[in-house]
Amino acid sequence: MGRYAFVLRRPLQLVPVLIGISLVTFLLSQAMPGDPIRVMLGPKASEEAIAFVRARYGLDQPILVQYGYYLINVLRGDFGQSLAFRSPVLDVILERLAPTIYLLVYGLVLTLLFTVALAVAAARRQGRWVDQLVRFVCIAGLGLPSFWLGLMLIMFLSLKLKLFPVSGFAAAPIDNLWQLFLPALTIAIAVTPTLTRNLRATLVSQLASDYVVAGRSKGLPERWIFYRHVFPNSLLPTISLLGIVVSFLIGGTVVVETVFNVPGLGQLMVRAVLKRDYFTVQGITLFFSIGVVLTTFLVDLVSVALDPRVKL
Amino acid sequence: MSAAQTEAAGGTSRWPASLLAGVAIVLAWLLVAGLGPSFSPHDPIAVDLANALVPPGSDHVLGTDSFGRDILTRIVHGARIDLMMAFFGVVGPFLLGTMVGLVAGNFGGVADAVLMRILDVTVSFPYFVLVIAIVAVLEPGLTSYFVSLTLVNWVSYARLVRSEVLVLREADFVLAARLIGVGEVRVMSHHLLPNAITPAVVFVFTDAVLTIVLGSSLGFLGLGVQPPAAEWGVMIAEGQLYLATAWWICVFPGLAIATLAFGFSLIADGLAKQLHTAP
Amino acid sequence: MTAPILSVEDLAVTFATAAGPVAALQGVSFALQPGEVLGIVGESGSGKTVACRSVMRLLAANAQVRSGRILFEGRDMLALDEADLARIRGDRIAMIFQNPSTHLDPLMTAGGQVAEALRAHRGMGAREARRQAIDLLAEMRIPEPERRVDSYPHQLSGGMRQRVMIAAALACRPGVLLADEPTTALDVTVQAQILGLLKGLRAEHGLSIILVSHDLGVIAQMCDRVVVMKDGKVVETGPIADIIHRPRMDYTRQLIASQPALMLPAMPSNRVREPILAVRNLSVHYASSRGLSGLLTGQARHVVRAVDDVGFSLGQGETLGIVGESGSGKSTIARAIVGLAPVHAGEIDFAGRSVRRQDAAARLRFQRSVQMVFQDPFTSLNPSFTIARTLAEPLRRHRLCAPADIAARIAELMAKVELPDDLLSRRPSQLSGGQRQRVGIARALAVEPRLIIADEVTSALDVTIQAQILGLFKKLRDSMGLTIVLISHDLAVVRHLCERVVVMRHGRLVEHGVTAEVFAAPRDPYTQELLAAIPRIAIA
Repeated sequence: MGRYAFVLRRPLQLVPVLIGISLVTFLLSQAMPGDPIRVMLGPKASEEAIAFVRARYGLDQPILVQYGYYLINVLRGDFGQSLAFRSPVLDVILERLAPTIYLLVYGLVLTLLFTVALAVAAARRQGRWVDQLVRFVCIAGLGLPSFWLGLMLIMFLSLKLKLFPVSGFAAAPIDNLWQLFLPALTIAIAVTPTLTRNLRATLVSQLASDYVVAGRSKGLPERWIFYRHVFPNSLLPTISLLGIVVSFLIGGTVVVETVFNVPGLGQLMVRAVLKRDYFTVQGITLFFSIGVVLTTFLVDLVSVALDPRVKL
Repeated sequence: MSAAQTEAAGGTSRWPASLLAGVAIVLAWLLVAGLGPSFSPHDPIAVDLANALVPPGSDHVLGTDSFGRDILTRIVHGARIDLMMAFFGVVGPFLLGTMVGLVAGNFGGVADAVLMRILDVTVSFPYFVLVIAIVAVLEPGLTSYFVSLTLVNWVSYARLVRSEVLVLREADFVLAARLIGVGEVRVMSHHLLPNAITPAVVFVFTDAVLTIVLGSSLGFLGLGVQPPAAEWGVMIAEGQLYLATAWWICVFPGLAIATLAFGFSLIADGLAKQLHTAP
Repeated sequence: MTAPILSVEDLAVTFATAAGPVAALQGVSFALQPGEVLGIVGESGSGKTVACRSVMRLLAANAQVRSGRILFEGRDMLALDEADLARIRGDRIAMIFQNPSTHLDPLMTAGGQVAEALRAHRGMGAREARRQAIDLLAEMRIPEPERRVDSYPHQLSGGMRQRVMIAAALACRPGVLLADEPTTALDVTVQAQILGLLKGLRAEHGLSIILVSHDLGVIAQMCDRVVVMKDGKVVETGPIADIIHRPRMDYTRQLIASQPALMLPAMPSNRVREPILAVRNLSVHYASSRGLSGLLTGQARHVVRAVDDVGFSLGQGETLGIVGESGSGKSTIARAIVGLAPVHAGEIDFAGRSVRRQDAAARLRFQRSVQMVFQDPFTSLNPSFTIARTLAEPLRRHRLCAPADIAARIAELMAKVELPDDLLSRRPSQLSGGQRQRVGIARALAVEPRLIIADEVTSALDVTIQAQILGLFKKLRDSMGLTIVLISHDLAVVRHLCERVVVMRHGRLVEHGVTAEVFAAPRDPYTQELLAAIPRIAIA
């Protein structure tokens, strides 16, 4: 069996995780305060209507059967009705998907640029002032709350200097490079310290490894050793972290979309929680987690492509 | 190779500066939280619209907010809440996660498989999103925050401890203990845990940083501590509307969060350096 | 004598540490003649590796050269700038290292790493460099070089990796090769092949070699002259025959006397012994299960037969050696006996009772009777326990003495393994390797066992410390009537200590008999190969 056979096998391994995810989101709905159907249909709904919907979602059945109903409904794309938006949860989510995905990809690209630049600068001048500076930036950056950082950026760059728009999402993708720069920058700053530290530590430990000494003994230039040996070897452990990074970036969108008024899923989630629109909260949670699972799967693919040793 | 040996024999090394600086910052905030409220001349909650939006000056050192409340007073009172968030937000996950990691790592087999599948599922949710979802169904507030953090964040500690235990349980000194007939509980408590706990202890301080940031974010979004309580995130949310006209409402509470978090972050960095592990 | 090709004069190196500067080399001088093999022999901390790396200026960042010159082709290596240094490294002087697995980049093909030096020094294109890499691999007698050129290091065996490293080092045809413990990580039969290869290259290309080794046998077999080092200084230098037959310095004599190959062989005894341990048809299989996903995809479980149908027995007071190379299953047998390995089939009887199906009480009795001493003294003691606590644990667990007597009993144990009492309050990190190993022995002795299984107990130790530990084992055996199973890759150690021997290969027992007879007339071809591969020190 070839190394890439896992591309077929891995999705099967994801099945238990996906079942677990659906179980958690199902349990969320069970923990909701009050009768979700009454909440969903509003105070004026008739008893017959409530009984009808209750039966449709299987809520009159034992809990395991209810879970079965939930699974079937989710697989059919029925996430329930959004109470706040008076339309199916799936429609509400899909409407707001694009800004979030744009923001995530933008934020990820900025994160990777910052991380590689900072970590390489620090590791190549280990112990010197650049390294100390990067270390300080990482320590301080870790504790900067995104919502406050976002407000500060708005205050200085948008309100005072009028360099960037205050908020919103543009229609044309190209305009959003501008429009979403500050939000993307904010979420990138939130995850960069952790990732930079990790990559720097890996680079430093790889620089101390035996194959570097062997490379020097062959008379290879330091740059050659760094970029052809040390860097590829350091990239792998950092790439395996990308699943977690994306998961943190998604968390970041919740805050940043609210601060910058980006009409995405994060903002929707906060509004839904505040309006007790539980089905929407449940739907978004499920959506985001499937996003994380897919990212992890892609990261595994990249690792296999880069590392001849990996067998999954 | 000989350098490592001499280093091990050397022994005496100083505490890193970052650790000392971090301890100083956190102690300073603890002092403020402990003593500050008894010295503050203003009330943190009472509304005084006549004095609304006063810029920083002699009466109100850091200015007042739109309800006329003194910002400095509110920051000093808020220190209690945010320090409490850091402490209780970390304790639950640390205890639960360490136990799970120890048990899963030591016993392996079915226990490990089940616990690790639960872990897989938990990390499949974006951390912040799952916390918000749990807080949402439990009603926003501090208690919900601690409960949801424990339910979600034990995974960080479980992973750290388990990966250490997986290596240690194959170490010869653990095998030797088993050959002597030392029981499982004592093997775990005396041989595995003391040697596996270091990375988790260091992570406690990094985690405190994340917990402060997360807790104040929830306050900001209206999902955590509820107004009019003087929580720093809540204060920033209240100042959001006055960003262009009364900058001080947002700026100072943010600096408070950043300095406290910076203190914990420095401790994590210094401890990691001292104990030769990752922050 | 002609002019040396490389000479080191009065070299002094210190390392900056947290506890201040530590001298690594002091006044070290030696010279390499064209076409000769110069050996540097010494124990850990002797400075032999530092001396070797100094030549190439490959020392760690905290190293500082205090004085001295290293002359190569009329220039002082220590005075060269980085660019000149890079031109000499790999082109005029090359180096190979102890551990080929870590000294090769795991993400680059074997061919890529051989071709690199050619591309850097000769500016050669990728295709031409690859063609030459194939030729070089062939020259290192790597089978199927056209295929192996594209293999990654993890796809190659240890011996093959070392051949790749030699090919990469010699790609630009340097005149000098520095070999730092090149065979220490390899099995003895593979070591013999690599040493043979180096001999051939020297004869063919007139290569001058500096061979650094802790193993006097390897040095004696390979070198024309030898430098003996200790504590960062040269003890003595001379032709190999002079050093071995007429050592002038005490330390050299001690080093030679510590060679297990030169120790008296164990004498077979005719005493009829009461049987204590019987292993019959033992098989240990490790199955790598793929769990639920394995079931889902119908993937077969992959079974490793670590031990396959092995049987032997042992009498009270006897010492049995189990020898074999890595992967032979010798350590697995030890683990199976003490219940730490999954026994697939077969029977293990101790004192007439099966050890496989024990109730809790029987298990506890068994644990009082059989103890193990481990290979790596750095991992065999709990780093957070003091020595006293480590030794008290078995006494408490088995309630071997009243709590008030524990201290006295611990002191007794320390005396038995010849350690001073003031170590009792220390932690393992404050002890030397030899001291830790003695603590490990004391812990095993604490329960007054009848059988001790010693798993490679000296292979992590320096040869003089090894000699002391072996002496201790002998003394304890003779004074306490201990039965010992000694597991080792080192045939000389087994010959010295064990009356009978079991030879293992790939999980199977290939030969079993009285040690003296097996060594004198091995029947199995593998045993013959193994014995032939031991580097011998010819003593008049």
